[in-house]
Amino acid sequence: MNEKEPTMTQTPTASPNTAITDFGIDTTTMSTSEAVRDYISRLRAGQLGSLPALLGLVALVIVFASLSDVFLSLNNLANLLAQGAGQTIIAMGIVFVLLVGEIDLSAGTASGVAGAVLAMHFAENGNLLGGMGSTVFIMFLAALGLGAVLAALLRIWAGTAMSVLGIVIAASGMSANPWIEMLLALCTGTAIGCITGYLVSRIGMPSFVVTLALFLAWQGVILQFIGEGGVIGISSSPVLDKVANGNLSVLGSWLLCVIAVGGFAAATLGRHFTRLRRGLVTQPTSIVLFKVGGIGAIGIAATALLTVNRSPNDNIVITGVPYVVPIVLGLLVIGTYVLNRTRYGRHIYAVGGNREAARRAGVNVTKIRASVFVVCSSVAALGAIVYSSKVGSVDPQAGGLNTLLFAVGAAVIGGASLFGGRGRVSDAVIGGTVLAVVANGLGLLRQPAAVVSIVTGLVLLLAATVDALSRRRAASATR
Amino acid sequence: MSEPILHITGLNKSFGPVHVLHDIDFDVRAGEVTALVGDNGAGKSTLVKCIAGIHGADSGTIEFQGREVHIRSPKDAAELGIEVVYQDLALADNLDIVQNMFLGRERGSAWLLDEASMEKAARETLASLSVRTVKSVRTPVSALSGGQRQTVAIAKSVLWDSKVVLLDEPTAALGVAQTRQVLDLVRRLAEQGLGVVLISHNMADVFEVADRIAVLYLGRMAAEVYTKNVTHGQVVELITAGRSGDIGLARPEHAVL
Repeated sequence: MNEKEPTMTQTPTASPNTAITDFGIDTTTMSTSEAVRDYISRLRAGQLGSLPALLGLVALVIVFASLSDVFLSLNNLANLLAQGAGQTIIAMGIVFVLLVGEIDLSAGTASGVAGAVLAMHFAENGNLLGGMGSTVFIMFLAALGLGAVLAALLRIWAGTAMSVLGIVIAASGMSANPWIEMLLALCTGTAIGCITGYLVSRIGMPSFVVTLALFLAWQGVILQFIGEGGVIGISSSPVLDKVANGNLSVLGSWLLCVIAVGGFAAATLGRHFTRLRRGLVTQPTSIVLFKVGGIGAIGIAATALLTVNRSPNDNIVITGVPYVVPIVLGLLVIGTYVLNRTRYGRHIYAVGGNREAARRAGVNVTKIRASVFVVCSSVAALGAIVYSSKVGSVDPQAGGLNTLLFAVGAAVIGGASLFGGRGRVSDAVIGGTVLAVVANGLGLLRQPAAVVSIVTGLVLLLAATVDALSRRRAASATR
Repeated sequence: MSEPILHITGLNKSFGPVHVLHDIDFDVRAGEVTALVGDNGAGKSTLVKCIAGIHGADSGTIEFQGREVHIRSPKDAAELGIEVVYQDLALADNLDIVQNMFLGRERGSAWLLDEASMEKAARETLASLSVRTVKSVRTPVSALSGGQRQTVAIAKSVLWDSKVVLLDEPTAALGVAQTRQVLDLVRRLAEQGLGVVLISHNMADVFEVADRIAVLYLGRMAAEVYTKNVTHGQVVELITAGRSGDIGLARPEHAVL
């Protein structure tokens, strides 16, 4: 803890037992050992990040691999990625809401509404009016219109544009086209987010209450759209089926690997050396190289494994990286960029860290708080596309209770704080993987649903405990 | 003697029937630390809030750099170059020092922040104030001590090219060594040519850094005196009784209420 103690001495020479960073206005680079020590002292001070989740993931993989022969088979690993993708994507959106210290309980059923609209547009060949009946159809258009108006009142023009686009698609009755359907689902999600955001930030209701009410309401809407006991299949569309069940070609897989690993290396190293040249605060080059090398090795190894034939059946050949991988990676990159490099992302963190400070600094707190719900619901709609594709159909249970709780759980397990201000989009991916491994592994061990639920609940409880304890640690370390 | 950068005459402020500030005259000079002292409820915070644009004054004039101005909102004050460093510290714990110093005024485009330029400017500002005890400028504020936080909050106002900085009890919650740091910083702000107003309850602090002392007593300006012309005891008397010897408010029998 010595490194973290504020040093009071005014003497320019640091005493031997003081961390070099205590006098660090002039210090921009650290040696590797100093960086490692600094990292350890940060861990001790309770800034754990996603370390517990990563350790937990490793432990779970070891446990399941030793208990089940099938777990580490390539087919199962590829399957696991696709199984967890839907909830992982929803969790990415929820990270934005958690960052400002709010909660969106309606993200799951909101995604279900988007999925139901998608399925209905596909099944009715674009004739939503016929599928819904005129009253419901008009109310659906009115809801999209309401989303557009509320977004305009909040000056969230992207929300208005998407909601209006949704009205145009729905009202024009375009015939079924998988891309149009996906766009319509996204527009529906955006409009829902505009309504939630307005209620929370402008009207000032607690997000817990607003989204709890909407959770129930959207569940009813899905039921109304699909009908009691109904199921709408979407797997007959090759595109909609392949989103979660298809794979890239071998060439495409390697291309993705090159783009992803190369892009990561170029961005990280380019930034590192630019900062080094300009004399800004940087991590030691060795650690940056280690990170890039590690990610590169994992990427190449994963691609190599996933391009091997993994079919359990000798007559069929299954190779290539599942489509969900580039989808999740793409969203991860966009989300991380927005949160780390843009003014909008900076303001999200500021509102989550200290709302009053953000207000005094001139941040439009109302707009930021509303916008995260728009992001969350829009991203949840994308998640709905993926999980509907995986199942091949949409039923009235789409996006029901577990979807949301798993998504929130994924974000929290990954290290996003429920108290706001702390979290990254990558947390959702790590946490989502943990939950997918739990569900998949216990399923392979033929454990009943009861055990799966209990174990998942305990994992979430553990993650929330780590969050709370590390916060307490962080608070006591500074005072 | 320099012209005051902020010149307030005849300022009145009431909250409903409660007349909080009576005909306040108050000057802030560039390059000087003016301590604003007074007992609890004397009106120090209200005066600062009137200057900062949080409360509108009922009457009176405020001249800034020789020109009459109307400060209606915190934004007006910020545009003139009047910054307030609040007691409860308007910093976001989860952001680092650079991010906090530039919060709401980030450099670069909205879709790609210019981190390099912000980091450099933040470091230069901290260095110009001879701040040596802050860790790397990329340290999250949550990892800083109370004094370091106060330092960052004060440095933020320097970064924005402020002309007048109002510090509301900057040393209230600090230990001995941290108080030392902050007082040094306050002194350096004045040396850089800013007009500094220091609200404090601590007479030792006031006598150490202030060039002038303005004493509020029950909503009236009891005295504005040079620190070197008064003693500790006189100031305490001014605070508690509103007068001390010949300085301060007129005796009640002569006072025109």
